Amino acid sequence: METYSLLREFADSWMLLTLFGFFVGVVFFVMRPGSTKTYSNVADIPFRHEDKPAARSGDAKEA
Amino acid sequence: MVNYIKLIVLGLAALGALIAANYGRDLAYTVNMLIAASFAIVAFIYTLRRTDEPVGADVSGEYLDGVIRFGVIATAFWGVVGFLVGVVIAFQLAFPVLNLEFMQGYTNFGRLRPLHTSAVIFAFGGNALLATSFYIVQRTSAARLWGGNLAWFVFWGYQLFILMAATGYLLGATNGKEYAEPEWHIDLWLTVVWVCYLLVFAGTIMKRKEPHIYVANWFFLAFIITIAMLHIVNNLAIPVSIFGSKSVQVFAGVQDAMVQWWYGHNAVGFFLTAGFLGMMYYFVPKQAERPVYSYKLSIIHFWALIFLYIWAGPHHLHYTALPDWASTLGMVFSVVLWMPSWGGMINGLMTLSGAWDKLRTDPVIRMMVISIGFYGMSTFEGPMMSIRAVNSLSHYTDWTIGHVHSGALGWNGMITFGALYFLVPKLWNRTGLYSLRLVSWHFWLATIGIIFYAASMWVTGIMEGLMWREVDANGFLVNSFADTVSAKFPMYVVRGLGGVMFLAGAIIMCYNLWMTAKRAPAAEAQGPVAVPAE
Repeated sequence: METYSLLREFADSWMLLTLFGFFVGVVFFVMRPGSTKTYSNVADIPFRHEDKPAARSGDAKEA
Repeated sequence: MVNYIKLIVLGLAALGALIAANYGRDLAYTVNMLIAASFAIVAFIYTLRRTDEPVGADVSGEYLDGVIRFGVIATAFWGVVGFLVGVVIAFQLAFPVLNLEFMQGYTNFGRLRPLHTSAVIFAFGGNALLATSFYIVQRTSAARLWGGNLAWFVFWGYQLFILMAATGYLLGATNGKEYAEPEWHIDLWLTVVWVCYLLVFAGTIMKRKEPHIYVANWFFLAFIITIAMLHIVNNLAIPVSIFGSKSVQVFAGVQDAMVQWWYGHNAVGFFLTAGFLGMMYYFVPKQAERPVYSYKLSIIHFWALIFLYIWAGPHHLHYTALPDWASTLGMVFSVVLWMPSWGGMINGLMTLSGAWDKLRTDPVIRMMVISIGFYGMSTFEGPMMSIRAVNSLSHYTDWTIGHVHSGALGWNGMITFGALYFLVPKLWNRTGLYSLRLVSWHFWLATIGIIFYAASMWVTGIMEGLMWREVDANGFLVNSFADTVSAKFPMYVVRGLGGVMFLAGAIIMCYNLWMTAKRAPAAEAQGPVAVPAE
């Protein structure tokens, strides 16, 4: 098979399925149990460390 | 020790650029090389004066904000330049006499048009992205920028890229690809700068103190990586001579067209959308003082946008030599893009839920909200125009220009203005802006200007499309091209006036930001009631 047709067939089938599967996986991952708590915490990141970087270590762990 | 290596590199760069300027085969190349040499010489002297001097205090406990201040100034400056050139070329279309005879070949429409598009997209938008991404990645990673002064190299290297590209356009060096006009030597330089940008950004994320990478950084990272890929592939070219600006594209025919619009549409998708969404996901929550409406939605927004945008390019090539399946693919993915775009818009707007009263009192958040509104509007209009039947009417008409500007002025312009109004008091350590009244003036001038612009372009675009396809009873075309040109005159004048209003708003912003930075951090109320001249 010539390269073009081979790549075309691969792109139309397995690659498409892989990408779509990844995306669906992301949606399920985002909706996983317990994620609401994690994400509400993460959404507050812009409101910490406005003026200075975190100190040496552990500072951000309270997150 | 590092300084000695820097001095050697800078000295060789200056020498090489001067030699290249001497052997230059065309004026654009010679001028480009002289500009590059002067940058290298100034950097050489700057480095020399600091060599073997005592090192300054430890700054690892602070954010690197100096480069962001410069980025803010550059954004405002290039914004005004880009808008001004836009106004000039808008009136050149209405009044061809403005293609001045004695400047023929330098400042006529064909030379100024790429100067305008590159100035607003890459100089104004690019500097805004550099400044905000450096600001945001530090704050959300709780870490100082990685790579010491590499961020400064990125900033000045990017300005050198802008200056070389701009002078090249005026002197006629272009590889003729829309939004990718800079010639090969400028493309190579941008590649170097861009890789350093990626290093600074990714390095800062790598040493972050927050365990999670905030969503704005995901968008910025996607923007940086994708632009690198697009830039390299679309600019594959072989120079005719290393001492001349002319190069020959590697791709030819329909492959070249496809690569160009794969680049062109993803420049919109990743430069003007993903990067600016990074701004939205930081500055809107900050200004509204509440976290983003749904963090889950923001993650889905990100992945959906990334997966879909990259396929949308072929919709620029309906009814061409491109295979039908490819342009159908582009069309379908463009239509599917409605969903993530509107998901992102809802996420941005709903961040204000419970704080809608701020719209009354805070003109900065009003600016951000209207930018999200324009994002929603232009991401509705774009997919609609990508549908083949609609495209047969809209393509090659001014409707496209109107669409681009409602996105660029409305979404990119307004969110950048909002970001600048947020950043300047923070970066110059002021309690607040110099005058909120002036922000309101800017807001209304810009908004009404955009409406003038978009509405006149809708009218003229659809009229033009209908006139082009009009046939008489015998199947002959009714209108000549020149008929459409004369019919469009009034709309061109209205469009130019819209541009003047937008430019006036930007100048008011510069005055306001300047006074914010200069003035003592005193109270808000004492700003004079300035009435802008139009």
